[in-house]
Amino acid sequence: MNGRWTTADGAPLFGLLAEFEDVDALIEGAQKVRDAGYTKWDAHTPFPVHGLDDAMGIRHTKLSYLVFAAGVFGVFAGLGLQWWTNTVDYPLIISGKPFFALPANIPVLFEVMVLFAAAAAFVGMLAFNNLPLWYHSLFKSRRFLRATDDRFFISIEARDPKFDPRATRALLTSLRGAAVEEVEE
Amino acid sequence: MFLETLAGASFRIAGEIGALLLAGSALAGLLVEGAAPHFWRAYLVGFAYFLSLSLGALFFVLLQHLTRSAWSVVLRRLAEGIAANMGLLAILSVPLLLFGLRSLYPWADETLAAHDPLVRAKSAYLNVPFFWVRWAVYFAVWTLTARWFLNRSVEQDRSGDVDLTLRMERASAPAMVLFAFTTTFAAFDLLMSRDPHWYSTIYGIYFFAGGVLGFLALLVAAACVTQRAGRMQRMITAEHYHDLGKLLFAFTVFWAYIAFSQYMLIWYADIPEETGWYLKRQSETWAWVSLALLVGHFFVPFLALLSRVPKRRKKMLVQVALWILAMHAIDLYYLAVPDSGVPALPPHPFYFTVFLGMAGLSVAAAGRCFRTRSLVPEKDPRLQESIAFENA
Repeated sequence: MNGRWTTADGAPLFGLLAEFEDVDALIEGAQKVRDAGYTKWDAHTPFPVHGLDDAMGIRHTKLSYLVFAAGVFGVFAGLGLQWWTNTVDYPLIISGKPFFALPANIPVLFEVMVLFAAAAAFVGMLAFNNLPLWYHSLFKSRRFLRATDDRFFISIEARDPKFDPRATRALLTSLRGAAVEEVEE
Repeated sequence: MFLETLAGASFRIAGEIGALLLAGSALAGLLVEGAAPHFWRAYLVGFAYFLSLSLGALFFVLLQHLTRSAWSVVLRRLAEGIAANMGLLAILSVPLLLFGLRSLYPWADETLAAHDPLVRAKSAYLNVPFFWVRWAVYFAVWTLTARWFLNRSVEQDRSGDVDLTLRMERASAPAMVLFAFTTTFAAFDLLMSRDPHWYSTIYGIYFFAGGVLGFLALLVAAACVTQRAGRMQRMITAEHYHDLGKLLFAFTVFWAYIAFSQYMLIWYADIPEETGWYLKRQSETWAWVSLALLVGHFFVPFLALLSRVPKRRKKMLVQVALWILAMHAIDLYYLAVPDSGVPALPPHPFYFTVFLGMAGLSVAAAGRCFRTRSLVPEKDPRLQESIAFENA
């Protein structure tokens, strides 16, 4: 909801959508949009396209730091759990080993580490991508349905600070092979 | 052209220095009173080290065909070359088999074996003639497999026949089965039987894991050296190093997983004939070697390779690779030597001279291998795909 711009019909404007027929045109277009300094924009393709991350100027994900932290936490959680159950809560002598014996704890420690790291990777990936997302304005576009079939798209949102209906449309129209349309909120 | 001759000369010089070091060590072992057992232990460590690297290379070549990998095509010829070092290793095994057995293996001494009921019970397997037969079979399998895959691959450089790729793919599956059996039993024979009382069924996999890890580190180093010499500059990219880094990381973890699996079962059961092997390795100076492996063979490379960054930067990755190669040598020292009851520190100078001697000979063998052969499978149908490969 930006309220700043409206479509030709007077509805609130979500942004502009450019359609491309092939990968090369999409990559070329993405580089130009990136170089123009837009930040709230995205590219949509029916399959993973190599080199698109670079062309869009996307930095590497921060998810790995979260996963690492969760893994380290899992190690200590697993260790703490076993230390507490085996020495404080319910100490039992098992085959003459000390109550707290590290070799016996390592398999559980490993599993808890993997559990926490994997859960953090899954939940973190959803969270960083703003998922689950129940509604997206782009699905109002009839053309956009082909993003899962044989067409490639670049969308620039109206909430981008650099967005200007005329200038942005001019930029998108100037891209090779682009067909541009407005998308309402 | 100058560079070519220089590289050729340096291969030859490495071989000459290696041969001199090895011959000098053998002579010293023969002449100096009481030095022979040191020499044979050093010989065993060096031999097992270079054997494990070539076995790792052979595994890599078979695996790439088995999985029809495209990413690795630009690296495959280097691996084929390292695997083909098997010919040199077969020659190096001869003195060990003829003169070293009695010094290294308690079961090879009949009088000693006669007084030891456990060794006597195993004598149907652990005896010198059968040991020779087994090693003849192992080296027949390894050299023939390594040669066959190298020769088919080089044949394709000339003919470009796609059918050769299919033949290699078909052969890789049975070859892999043979590889698994021969490597496991070779590890039992060469290293585990140093203590004929002790046994561990996972031992072969431990040796295999270390060997593949060492080979992958060697492949990173070899690719770096090749590129520094101005070859394959645009063929081997950050993407290939990234994948090698992932494999290095995976096998670091795999090695630790196997090492711990072996340790934990023995620790838990706590039966004297099983714990003896670890007791030797946790006593006196050997405890430091065990700790050095835990930290240096697992934690250091694990943390160093965890992030994406060092896997994609050649200079960082090659440092980790050299570290792993050094740790792999310590690992074999730890496997092969403590059973003689000698202290770990300081290691006898033979360990360095024999090791460098074998390294020099291996470098010379690699130079010989690539003097007439291309460094890449030039007409492999997946070569273009490999060059253009990108990690998603």
